[in-house]
Amino acid sequence: MMSSAFTTVAQVRDGLKKINYLADDGIAGVVYLAQRLGKPVLIEGPAGTGKTQLAKSVAELTGARLIRLQCYEGLDESKALYEWNYKKQLLRIQADKKSDSWSEVHDDIFSDEFLLTRPLLEAISAPDPVVLLIDEVDRVEVETEALLLEVLSEYQVSIPELGTITAKQIPMVFLTSNNTRELSEALKRRCLYLHVDYPDMEREKEIVLAKVPDISANLADQSARIVRSIRQLDLKKAPSVSETLDWARTLILLGVDHIDAQQAKETLHVLLKYQTDIAKAAKELSVDE
Amino acid sequence: MPVIDLMSGFVVELRRAGLPVSLTENLDAMEAVKVIPIEDREAFKYALGATLVKNSSHWRVFETIFEVYFSLRGSQYNIVDPSEDQADEFWRDEQDDAQLGKGEGKGAGGGGLEALTPEELANMLMRALMQGDQAMMRALARQSVARFAGMEPGRPVGGTYYLYRTLRNLDLDNMLAKLLEANKASTQRESTSLEQRLAKDEYEMRIEQFKKEVEAEIRRRLVADRGAEAMAKTLRKPLPEDVEFMHASREEMQSLKKALFPLTRKLAARLARKRRHGRKGPLDFRNTVRHSLSYGGVPAEPKFKYPRPAKPELMVVADISGSVAAFARFTLMLVYAIQSQFSKVRSFVFIDGIDEVTKHFRATEDIQEAIHKVNTEADVVWVDGHSDYGHAFEVFWERYGKDINPKTTVLLLGDARNNYHASQSWVVKEMRKHARHVYWLNPEPRSYWNTGDSIVGEYGGNTDGVYECRNLRQLEGFVEKLV
Ligand SMILES: Nc1ncnc2c1ncn2[C@@H]1O[C@H](COP(=O)(O)OP(=O)(O)OP(=O)(O)O)[C@@H](O)[C@H]1O
Ligand SMILES: [Mg+2]
Repeated sequence: MMSSAFTTVAQVRDGLKKINYLADDGIAGVVYLAQRLGKPVLIEGPAGTGKTQLAKSVAELTGARLIRLQCYEGLDESKALYEWNYKKQLLRIQADKKSDSWSEVHDDIFSDEFLLTRPLLEAISAPDPVVLLIDEVDRVEVETEALLLEVLSEYQVSIPELGTITAKQIPMVFLTSNNTRELSEALKRRCLYLHVDYPDMEREKEIVLAKVPDISANLADQSARIVRSIRQLDLKKAPSVSETLDWARTLILLGVDHIDAQQAKETLHVLLKYQTDIAKAAKELSVDE
Repeated sequence: MPVIDLMSGFVVELRRAGLPVSLTENLDAMEAVKVIPIEDREAFKYALGATLVKNSSHWRVFETIFEVYFSLRGSQYNIVDPSEDQADEFWRDEQDDAQLGKGEGKGAGGGGLEALTPEELANMLMRALMQGDQAMMRALARQSVARFAGMEPGRPVGGTYYLYRTLRNLDLDNMLAKLLEANKASTQRESTSLEQRLAKDEYEMRIEQFKKEVEAEIRRRLVADRGAEAMAKTLRKPLPEDVEFMHASREEMQSLKKALFPLTRKLAARLARKRRHGRKGPLDFRNTVRHSLSYGGVPAEPKFKYPRPAKPELMVVADISGSVAAFARFTLMLVYAIQSQFSKVRSFVFIDGIDEVTKHFRATEDIQEAIHKVNTEADVVWVDGHSDYGHAFEVFWERYGKDINPKTTVLLLGDARNNYHASQSWVVKEMRKHARHVYWLNPEPRSYWNTGDSIVGEYGGNTDGVYECRNLRQLEGFVEKLV
């Protein structure tokens, strides 16, 4: 079902906008390219800048099913690719102890019915269009990373007992990383690279307008401006887009329509996580210059 | 020249600048330019970047080279004759308005743009900045360069010179104040300090954007004159990790600082991982047997001893005089960013006097702030504020020497340019006798060591090693080895 193939970058940008994802030209350009070249995208950038959301939104836009592999330290083949269902296999062996020959049993227990399909295999073998999201890939060990690379290079998986399963279509793949570790050169070479940074003021304002119901244009504008000013400070952790959104929602709950310095200061803790950052921002926002 | 032909020179230049572009990536880029039209400039740039740049700290370098190679591409980026420029129209409109309003004749000279005084052009610019009119700002940037930069073909002058000339003629230094003034006048009620602050940030950003436009225009003209390759060569800058601490410009310092944070995070994560998974020790027999009970006595899950080496105690002793100050600062930032890897960190700074500054780092989580305190509050001048390693070391030994023990690793930081004072290198020898390790980190290129008043050899001979740490890459390498 390639009816959802993009023909221009603008189409991607506008399409995403319709479903409330605000992409800049860079993001839209890379998504477009990924589909045209059939290559995975590695997305890096600070926390809460819409990396995960991008994959979800692209799935929605293309009408594809989202398959998500959430990475963590210790994730291995059996959780990423596939695993045989031992318990079920054991039961099957026990049940048919008398009647069947071993080879029959063997063929039987190593069939689809006893296979536990994990996200990577699921994406490869899907008959329908899918978007594969490999989230926070920087958390897995190097060996698992190698496995990912293999799958993303060949788009096929070989299961000794069953044979090789080859993808019927190349799915769109997004890998996200919070950059806590350097990924292998080989994986990076295989992927298109997209660095998603904090949005500029205009785009952040649009994100706020899209995501916070009932917010006035004025309040969205003001909060985006304040966040921009705060991000220019030398902070331990700058506010992310999700924090901007939380803050805007907080302001609405408090019935604020025009932010003054006092209200800004009192709600800074929603935007900033460290005490030193809060103090710095509070001081900065109140100075007359 | 078709885009595809520009590509090879472009990729060669990326590699010259130090970006590790592989063959596959090069081929991917060739595919990319086939599917994204160059007219969609931003998307085109990012698409190209997506195939060629896999490290965000290399993006700036990529962008500069991109500008050089593709700045003359795309219809809206042609170099136009200034008299046909949009600014002309804007100016005529302004004139017409003035005429209607005041019933006066055409203003000064009335002969179009050539006759405009710099002040008049500056006024137009101010209006454009006030309104945040992007198209106008761009047009004015080009206009200003054409009028004020005084660029002549073939003249071997750098872009900065032209930039300076252009901006000076526009009186851009005073622009912010003027904009704020005008903003104040235009709002009825008294604006709050927060509003003023936000307005200031907005104007600053617009001015910055205008400067970028001017720079871009100058660059375009230089490229047209000299060709992309020559231009790229003059603009070539080191990657952040290769910037020399001792010669970093202000801007490079900024990019260094930016690069430091993710680097320390990665370093810390890597070290933590190492600690956790590090070396499997010998079989832990007891533990294995204990666990075997749950397998009915079968030792199914062998247990190993994980030797956990004690974390070292660190003492950093840093020269913070002029030329090596930046190096000291970055090393301290790096060390404190990963301080959890050490059981204890103490820091000392000196010029000709020495002072312990550990307390500044304890007092706050904010390393920047601590560094600032170190710079402003540490008592490091004894006689004349010129480095005297000998005296500083002597005092160090007297006051803190007794705290050095077999768990301590001492890092000595500096270029060992001792202004011909007595070296007192016996202190370093004593340190090594008592400490686990003593290392010397020198931000100077190895070829300068022991020339002039550098006596790094004299000290270094009494340490466990002297390391060249000219840039972040080398510093990171050393720190990883240390832990
Ligand atoms: N460009 C955008 N358009 C619409 N919403 C956005 C955009 N960027 C971020 N958001 C919103 O911000 C929030 C955080 O986004 P998301 O969880 O995708 O961030 P992330 O980059 O994956 O963060 P992390 O690194 O912490 O996983 C979500 O609610 C998302 O909808
Ligand atoms: Mg995420």
